Amino acid sequence: MAKLPTPAELIQINYQMPSKGWLDLKAELRPGYYVNAAAPKWMQMIDYPFPRSWNVADEDWQLPEDWKERVLQGMEDRLQRFRSLKLFFDICVRCGACADKCHFFLGTGDPKNMPVLRAELLRSVYRRYFKTAGKLLGELAGARDLTDDVIKEWFYYLYQCTICRRCSVFCPYGIDMAEMTILGRELLSSVGINIDWALASVAQCYDKGSHIGATPQAFKDMVDFLAEENERITGITTPCPVNKKGAEILFVVPSGDYFADPGSYTFMGYLLLFKYLDLDFTMSTYAAEGGNFGWFISHEMGKRLNAKIYEEAKRLKVKWILGGECGHMWRVCNQYMPTWWGPIDFLEEPVSPITGTKFENATVHKMVHISEFTADLFKHGKLKVDPQRNAHIKLTFHDSCNTARGMGIFEEPRYIINQVMPEGHFFEMPPNTIREKTFCCGSSSGINANENMDIRMLGGLPRANAVKYVHEKYGVNHLGCICALDRATLPTLMQYWVPEMEITGITELVANALVFEDEIERTTDLRDRPLAGFEEADEEEGAE
Amino acid sequence: MAMALNDLLLQKKSDILDRWRDLVFASYVPETARFLRSQKDRFANPIAYQLNRGLTGIFEVFLEEADAEQIMGHLDEVIKLKAIQETSPSRAMAFLFLLKTIIREELAPQANDPAFAAEFTELESRLDGLALLGFDVFMQRRERLHEVRVGEIKRKVGALLRRLGMGDEFFEEPSGEERDSR
Repeated sequence: MAKLPTPAELIQINYQMPSKGWLDLKAELRPGYYVNAAAPKWMQMIDYPFPRSWNVADEDWQLPEDWKERVLQGMEDRLQRFRSLKLFFDICVRCGACADKCHFFLGTGDPKNMPVLRAELLRSVYRRYFKTAGKLLGELAGARDLTDDVIKEWFYYLYQCTICRRCSVFCPYGIDMAEMTILGRELLSSVGINIDWALASVAQCYDKGSHIGATPQAFKDMVDFLAEENERITGITTPCPVNKKGAEILFVVPSGDYFADPGSYTFMGYLLLFKYLDLDFTMSTYAAEGGNFGWFISHEMGKRLNAKIYEEAKRLKVKWILGGECGHMWRVCNQYMPTWWGPIDFLEEPVSPITGTKFENATVHKMVHISEFTADLFKHGKLKVDPQRNAHIKLTFHDSCNTARGMGIFEEPRYIINQVMPEGHFFEMPPNTIREKTFCCGSSSGINANENMDIRMLGGLPRANAVKYVHEKYGVNHLGCICALDRATLPTLMQYWVPEMEITGITELVANALVFEDEIERTTDLRDRPLAGFEEADEEEGAE
Repeated sequence: MAMALNDLLLQKKSDILDRWRDLVFASYVPETARFLRSQKDRFANPIAYQLNRGLTGIFEVFLEEADAEQIMGHLDEVIKLKAIQETSPSRAMAFLFLLKTIIREELAPQANDPAFAAEFTELESRLDGLALLGFDVFMQRRERLHEVRVGEIKRKVGALLRRLGMGDEFFEEPSGEERDSR
């Protein structure tokens, strides 16, 4: 009879290094840590290879017969196409500077989530098949054969990377784990391995226009509803033009902003701001999705979904494009969109019609982030605000990886916050957790599914840990951000770790504070919560 | 008159906590354990911070013979991490049972002294109680994980639900008190 384990034996307390090297240890694919395999119908909708029903927990993933040749050929193609990939594979000296910087390592303690080891999962195969030393010496040269266990390990760990690039900030060579992750995911996709959450969003976006699969009618209905909500709360009518030809500006937002909470309040904020400015803008039912889950699967799919934005700008004959509060949309639009489709000679260099400011940083891609746009308005004194309307909020700000580390938008949101919050209501998290060192929400890059909640909560632990600090020290009760994925996933993260925290977009705070001449008396914010000084009135009403 | 066991435990508090922490760190793979021990910045090492905060709190309230509610709050600091890091309840809860072994070893002379037998039995009984409360906290955390999942699904179409006039009833969540009293 087997002996019962003691508590110490149960948790395998062990001061010895494992007898095998890390690359020889087979990955244990834990439920709660991975996203389900993509259903075949989504793959068929976008014409992706090898659609089939399979399960991550299955021993046999039903890979195509020639999967190995396909993956190696794919790797060779990418090595030729992207010199950066070859460089990232060759240049790492395993100094370990990145090892303890990844939020997934800091949350799980799993060494394969150290970026250096995660990259090694790919790099070892590169050495085995593309480097002379690896071909001859095998394991001695850090090389290993490509087996189906290796594929499973790639799947498991490349989807435990949120492409956030925090590791790159600390790498002395600037090796970009995000690029390797995307290319690794492309290789997996080439043999029919995709995650359901991302593929469902991609297929629906491709088919109907938004990740959630809403029709143009549903889109129009929702933006009208949010405009009505504005009127109910503020007395101000905030119409939202849709598909209006000849408008000056095309406004694009992620669908989370008009379907999901709390993004919807940010959307109400956009409409109030534009009404205040009497801005000549339009939204589009075709370019109804600023987000781009395609980019989380492959560059090709990212490009396919992104096509709608310029196409629609051209069709509606706008001058330039304004983007809502979104993180990865922003990275895609800034870093990929002009390369994919440029030169963009059918649009003009963006100029603010209110202040005359030329957005020279957007000369190439012709798209401005709303934080840049709003900060400029404040800089020129164009907005009258009453910060006391945000006095019920004590705020800290989460730099979203893509806008902050990816695009350098650090100051604009803080500048806006300082205009719309009462003095002493904004508190920064510690310096090693914000700005370019910001910690990811832990759920980005297509892994904000429902079946992998364990890993999402662990990946978000470093962020939550810093939020908890400002909550306990200063009584902070709101976490601000300029990213729709953050608005979707941070509430969940906070409810697990710091349940006292609400999540808010920054434009929502702007709209709370914005003073219109013909507004009705404001007693609540956009969420129907009583403003400071009106709590009693709210209670009395509730008691009636 | 010999010192009461509780006073002895208080005297040895830092030794016991050091050993407990070290054993819990040692349950991670060696590379990680080394990191958990060496990085002292709480924001650069959230696991160690969370474990340290929890283990210290648990031991302190245990010595104070605090009530169950207080103890559960401190247990939660560790268990909210372990409940999603470990593969099974037994692995997640093992850290509490390590304390029993450590105390027996730290108080070896008393443990083997028949004069302390009754007090030791009582002490170990309280440790068992601690562990049982730990299982309650573990279940609360797993339930919480499912609650936040459902909450996210609702929020994903939250504005749509409000559009349909169904916002309030869908979003009513049990209050903290209601949840705790289950």
